Amino acid sequence: MNRGLPWGPMARMAGRRTLFAAPVLLLVTFGVFAAAALSPFDPVKAYAGTAGLTASQAELDQLRANLGVDRPFTARWWDWLTSALTGDLGTSAVLRQPVADVITGRLGWSALLACCAFAVALLPATALGVLAARRRGGPLDRVATALAYVLEAAPAFWLGLLAVWLFAVRLGVLPSGGLTDAAADTVTAGQVASHLVLPALVLGLSQMPWFYLYVRQGVADALEEDPVRGARARGLSERRVLLGHGLRSGMLPVLTLIGSRVPELITGALLVETVFSWPGIAAATVQAATSVDFPLLAALTVLATAAVLAGNLLSDLLYGLADPRVGFDG
Amino acid sequence: MTARTVRGAAGAALATALITGVTACANPSGPARPADSAVVGIATEPESLSPLLGYGKDGNSKIFDGLLTHDADMKLRPALAEALPEVSADGRTYTYRLRQGVKFSDGEPFTAADVEFTYRTILDPATNNASRTELDAVESVTAQGPDRVVFTLKYPYAPFAERTVLPIAPEHVAGKQDVNSGDFTTRPVGTGPYVLTGWSKGEKISFRANPSYWGGEPAVKKFTMAVIKDDDVRATRLRSGELDAAILPPNLAAGFAGDRTRRTFAAKTFDYRDVTLPTHHPVTGDPAVRQALDIAVDRATMVDKLLDGAGKAAHGPVPTDSPWFTPGTERAYDPDRAKRILDDAGWKPAADGVRVKDGVRASFPLWYTTGDKIRQDHALAFASDARKAGVEVTTEAGTWEVIEPRMKTDAVLAGGGSPADPDFDQYPLLTSSLAGDGFNNMARYDNPVVDRALADARRSGDPAVRKTAYDTVQRELVKNPGYVFLTHIDHLYVVNDRWDGPSTQVEPHDHGLGSGPWWNVEHWKPKQP
Repeated sequence: MNRGLPWGPMARMAGRRTLFAAPVLLLVTFGVFAAAALSPFDPVKAYAGTAGLTASQAELDQLRANLGVDRPFTARWWDWLTSALTGDLGTSAVLRQPVADVITGRLGWSALLACCAFAVALLPATALGVLAARRRGGPLDRVATALAYVLEAAPAFWLGLLAVWLFAVRLGVLPSGGLTDAAADTVTAGQVASHLVLPALVLGLSQMPWFYLYVRQGVADALEEDPVRGARARGLSERRVLLGHGLRSGMLPVLTLIGSRVPELITGALLVETVFSWPGIAAATVQAATSVDFPLLAALTVLATAAVLAGNLLSDLLYGLADPRVGFDG
Repeated sequence: MTARTVRGAAGAALATALITGVTACANPSGPARPADSAVVGIATEPESLSPLLGYGKDGNSKIFDGLLTHDADMKLRPALAEALPEVSADGRTYTYRLRQGVKFSDGEPFTAADVEFTYRTILDPATNNASRTELDAVESVTAQGPDRVVFTLKYPYAPFAERTVLPIAPEHVAGKQDVNSGDFTTRPVGTGPYVLTGWSKGEKISFRANPSYWGGEPAVKKFTMAVIKDDDVRATRLRSGELDAAILPPNLAAGFAGDRTRRTFAAKTFDYRDVTLPTHHPVTGDPAVRQALDIAVDRATMVDKLLDGAGKAAHGPVPTDSPWFTPGTERAYDPDRAKRILDDAGWKPAADGVRVKDGVRASFPLWYTTGDKIRQDHALAFASDARKAGVEVTTEAGTWEVIEPRMKTDAVLAGGGSPADPDFDQYPLLTSSLAGDGFNNMARYDNPVVDRALADARRSGDPAVRKTAYDTVQRELVKNPGYVFLTHIDHLYVVNDRWDGPSTQVEPHDHGLGSGPWWNVEHWKPKQP
């Protein structure tokens, strides 16, 4: 079953998609500026914070002029775009620091959390899904599927509080939030690892039902198909049938799901990052949106869009690899 | 994917999980921290740590010092100034002599030039400081030699010294970069008792004691403010031992009442909740309706039921236990008299119980900010009390963006309060010339007697004259209320009982980083076991 990967077609598809991504990203940033200009939020109020509630009108007008928020959004978009292309992403008004610093300081932590959560979701979901599909209606299937529906309904925020209560308060084995202990001055791998466990677990758990239900359905369907019956008839071992045939074609819908869950992972991360005071990018995104912080919002939207496009590309590549009939036509 | 790789991956995942689990168990969190380290949980973090953009303007900024500071009783004390200022007879010149030998935490000396730089930068319109209005009285600030600073005011302004608690920034650092977005906004350098060691936005702000602090090195060597927006999460992290102290709402603070290792502090405040009665609305603009509503609300019940007793009835912007309060202006709960006032003014009950006068229904909307539970509760209680007197109040929730355009005619459940000087609150709240100016005088209150009294109070340096003027304001507010003041709200904090020193000041509406029992953390001492 080991053959060389079709690098050529894969690279061509990736290239085509990248070319296609440029106009999409351009359009998305324009849309962000347009939507932000229409939003009811006032960037001046957001900038002033509580001081805005006691400031005089003249003061607020002065701030408005200083921040230059009255210029048409098209002009601001063009300014942002041209300086972004030269590598200057501008300064975030609400975080009072260069956008590049905001992103480099936070993206890594979000990516770490998302990757761990993804692994937490995917691996047990696949194993459970295969086992449940093997004996549909059996005790394992019934329990796991019921649990999956419950988990699907439980908000990540609630799961987070529950996990904090159990592991941090009742058992006292895991820290309940932050990247490191609040009193710690330095970021060490051990500290981060122990602080990562709960958020990754909660975020992963909240994603798990989707993968589990897809794998279970996909593998169960595959086991009904003729090739599998044939394989069974030829006397192949049950393990070979299950993993070689059932899982292989049962994973196909999951591969598409992986790509399409990327946005969900980002929004889910938002709530989880809030509960666990995780210094990731999600919290900054919300702040940027409600404060109409154009430079930060645009940069973050580009990132999120790129993540979705890359997620789609990844799932299509995997799909093509898993099922040669699909190919890499994009 | 082959069976072998799947098995391999699953094994690897299991191993990773075990390893992380083991590391986690090896690092149990707990209150085993040494007492020279304190971690406190706060709900909001500042936008910037630059005093030039408004950080620490009310004092207690930890990284910085002002010319003056407040003691536990909110009395002014010298800090970077050697003594309280000399004020000229006409009240327009304030002269400060500066403390000698003070250094910024980078080793550079502090001089009068830094004071001049700080105030000039804040007053510069190009600086994005939303609190600049507070220094409106300043005409000029001049350094005279290395240790003398003179402020000249546009008009005599009695409470000016209260404004000079704002932190002084070093010219040799902040003067060399963009004031609005430079490095200094996130990596400040000051003369204060603590030095910033890290600021992870949305997570925590960490400080370490400044060994060369002019006031002596603090005993609490490490001080961390963990930023936790959600009340429940904050309470949980306090309980799990990760925090030594936190601000909590009354219902969550009550959960720590029986805990012998922790103390609960209820800080008295000037933080009021009130209902604006817009002068430009046909119902709330009628003095009879205003007066009736003012005595139709049951403030004592609000304190008991909405605040769990953590607060007191508000009979005006000044709390009853303040020396500025005018005895005799308490509003007794008197629903019967409220009804009589409305009857006499011609507001007669219609079939549905809501009063009508000249075809106008006694009905108006009351807005509160979405998601603010305390304001929502107050709004509903106010509406219910008003209904009993025959006035229909419809409560509506919205963000400030929705509320602001309606403030001229619609009532708003507002809040405010500044303990430092009565002028800070009452002048913007009640002066007719500031009606509808930003969020100032939201009700567009217009009363010439009050205008005159407020102007007299801010110009006179004589405390007796000022007291008389504020008495006049409070008595006028009984006759013609522009606002129904409901409650003054205590701020509750739960603190581990490991230090001598935690106490509370009288707190303002807006609790910045300086409020809370840690306002004087530099003076805390670990308790002897």
